Amino acid sequence: MTRYILRRLLEMLPTTFGVLVLSFILFYVVGGSPAQTMLGQHATQQAIAAFDEANGYDLPLFFGRWAKVDGVQRASDGGTDLAFALHAGTYALPGAAVVELRQVEGSTLRRVTGQQEVEVPEGWQAVSAKGVEAVRRKLRHPFESQFVLYLRSLARLDLGMSIETKQPVAHVLAQGLLPTLSLSVPILLFGAASGVLLGLLCAAKQGGVWDRGVLGFSTLLMSINYVVWILLGQFLLGFRWPLFPLWGYESAYYLVLPVIIGVVSSLGSDVRFYRAVMLDEIYKPYVRTALAKGISRRRILFGHVLRNSLIPVVTYISLSIPYLFTGSLLLESFFGIPGLGSVSINAINSADLSVVRAVVIFGALIYQLVNLLTDLAYGWLDPRVRLAV
Amino acid sequence: MKPAAESVALRAPSPWQRLWSNAVSRLCLLAILLYTLAALWGEGVYRYYRGTLLPGCPALTWAPERQAPYNELHMESRYVPPLTRVTWPESTLPDGTRLPPRTHRYWLGSDNLGRDVLQRLIQGARIAFHVGIMTSLIAIPLGVLLGCLGGYFGGKIDSAVVWLCATVSAMPGLLFILAIALIAGKGLFGIYLGIGLTTWVSVCRNLRAEVLKHRSRAYVQAARVLGYSHARILFRHILPNVMHIVLISFSIRFPASVATEVFISFLGIGVQGEPSWGIMINNARVRLWQGIWWELTFVSLAIFLLVFIFNRLADDLRDLFDPALRNR
Repeated sequence: MTRYILRRLLEMLPTTFGVLVLSFILFYVVGGSPAQTMLGQHATQQAIAAFDEANGYDLPLFFGRWAKVDGVQRASDGGTDLAFALHAGTYALPGAAVVELRQVEGSTLRRVTGQQEVEVPEGWQAVSAKGVEAVRRKLRHPFESQFVLYLRSLARLDLGMSIETKQPVAHVLAQGLLPTLSLSVPILLFGAASGVLLGLLCAAKQGGVWDRGVLGFSTLLMSINYVVWILLGQFLLGFRWPLFPLWGYESAYYLVLPVIIGVVSSLGSDVRFYRAVMLDEIYKPYVRTALAKGISRRRILFGHVLRNSLIPVVTYISLSIPYLFTGSLLLESFFGIPGLGSVSINAINSADLSVVRAVVIFGALIYQLVNLLTDLAYGWLDPRVRLAV
Repeated sequence: MKPAAESVALRAPSPWQRLWSNAVSRLCLLAILLYTLAALWGEGVYRYYRGTLLPGCPALTWAPERQAPYNELHMESRYVPPLTRVTWPESTLPDGTRLPPRTHRYWLGSDNLGRDVLQRLIQGARIAFHVGIMTSLIAIPLGVLLGCLGGYFGGKIDSAVVWLCATVSAMPGLLFILAIALIAGKGLFGIYLGIGLTTWVSVCRNLRAEVLKHRSRAYVQAARVLGYSHARILFRHILPNVMHIVLISFSIRFPASVATEVFISFLGIGVQGEPSWGIMINNARVRLWQGIWWELTFVSLAIFLLVFIFNRLADDLRDLFDPALRNR
C-alpha cells in the first residue's frame, strides 16, 4: 500500500506542475503587469518601476540574465535620459556614452564613459545617462525569474494582497473555506446518496415505466439552467411559500434551500450516470448466481451490485467535486453565504485578479488532492487495484 | 426482382435515415431548424435592416447603425402582458425619419422599458448560436488534432497530450473560463476563448480513445504497408471513421456552451448592449417578484428547450453511432 501511495504521489507531480505553469501563463504572461491597475492612471514612471521591482514584475518570465526596467524618458534637449536615478547594481545602458554617478549622501560626482555595462556601487546612484536607448538590470543568477518567484511565493502560501478588501488573499480564502464546505459537503453527500439510490432503482426495473419515467425526467432536469434553478427555488420556496430564509448565513436552516437546489440541479445527469453503471453490473454472472441461491433482491442490489460498482461511482463523485465548486459560485452569491464562491464572484466583478488567481490555483490543487484520495480509495475499495501495482 | 432494387432492400438504412425515421428525433431536428431560423433572423434582419417589417414603415435598407428593434424603448407600453396589442403614437427617429402611429402586438409581453420580449429572445438566439458555434470551432479542431495525434502516434506525443488534458481539466472549470474571459476583456470574444480553450479536453479524450482502437486495425496496417504517409493515414483513413465522435461531441458541447454563456452573461462578463439570454434573465429576475412572470418564463423556456432538444438529439446520435454506449 505504501508503494502504491508513493507511486500515485509521483504521478501527481507532472499535472501539478502543469497547473502551476498554466495559471502562471494565464495570469502573468497574458494578464500583464498589474502596476497600472494598482497605482492608477497618473502613477509616475518611477513609481511603476519601483512597484514592478518590488513585486518582481520586471524580471524575465522563465529565465534570463536581465531585468527590463522602463527607465528611459525624453530629455529636454531632444535626446533621451534616465527617467529616475538607478540604485546600486549592474546595468546595461545601450546607447549611452557618458553615465553620471553620484554618491547618495553628499554630492561627489563621477563620470563613467564608453562602457556597455555600468556597475553602480553600494551607496551610489546613476543619475543621468544621455542618449540611453534602454535600461536593463543585471540579475544575480539566470533563474531569478517571475516563474521562480511565483513558485516561491506559493510555497510560502503568500498569495498577495486583495485589491478590493485590502487583506492578504490567503486570509480571504481561509475565511471563505468553512462556509463553502458547509454548503458543498451536504450537497455532495445528499446528491450522491439520492443519485445512487435512484440509479439503482432504475437499473433494477430496466425498461419499466418507472425506469423510463425517471430517465426522461432526468433529461428534463439536466436541461434546466443552473441560474433558473436558483431563481425558481428562491421564488417558490422563499417568496411564494416562504418556508426558507433567502439571505444570510446564521444557522444550518439557512443552508437548507441552497442545498436542495444544489442537489436537484445535478440530479438529472447523476441519475443517468449511476443507472448506466448499475446496468453494466447487473447482468454479470455473479448476480444470476446470487439470485439462483435465493438471496433477496434487496440484498443483491445493495450488498453486491452496489459494492461492485463503487469504483465508477467514486470516480464520478470525485469528478463532480470541481463542478460543486462552480455551482457554489452562484449559490453563495445568491444566498449571501460568505464562502469562496461569493468571494470569487466579487473578485471577478471588481477585476481583483490576485484573488481570482488564488482561487483558480486553490481549486486546481484541491482537484489534485481529490484525485489522489480517489486513487487511494480505489486501492482500499478494490483489492485487485492494490495488487496490480 | 431487379438486382438494383434488391441491393437497396438489403442495404441497412444509414444512421441518418434511422435518425429521421424516429419521430422524436425528427421533431428535435425541426425544432433546431426553427431556432436556427430565429438566430438567422436576428443576424440578418435585426442587425442590418431598417424598419420593423410592419406596414407603413420605411422600406428595408442596409443600416447597421440604426437602433435595433429589440432595443427600441416604448415607455408608454411598459410591462405589457403577452398577446397585448398596443398602438404607439407618431414618433421621429433620431435621424429625422418620421414614423406614423403604428400598432404592435407584444406576443410575449414587454419588459420594464417597453421592449419586446419576443424580439429580444430572437436576438438572444443569435448570440446563443454564435457562442455555440464559435466555441465548437475552437474546441473541436483543437480536440480532434490533439486526440488524433496522441491516439495515433502513442509514446511521448501521447504522454504529452494526456498530460495537457489532465492539466487543463484540473483547472476549476467555470472559474477558469471566467478568468480567461476577464483577462481577454469583456465581450463575446472573451467568452469564445474561455469556453473554447477549456472544453476541448473531453473531445480530445473521446477521440484519442477511439483512434487508439483504430490504430491497429487491418485497414490502417494495409495503408501503412502501401507506404502512405502518417498524415494521409490519419486524416484520410482514420478520421472519417471516427467522425461520429466529433458529431456527438458537437451535439453535447453546443448546449453546454449555451448554458455556460447564459451563466457568464448573467454575471455581467459577457455581451454588452445586446440582449443575451443571460442578461435577460438577470433583468427579469427582480421583476418576477412583482408579478411580471412572462419575461423570466419565456427566457427560461427558450434556453431550456434549446438545451433539452440538443441533449435529446445527443442521446439519439449516441444510440445510433455507438450502440455500445446505449445505456449511458
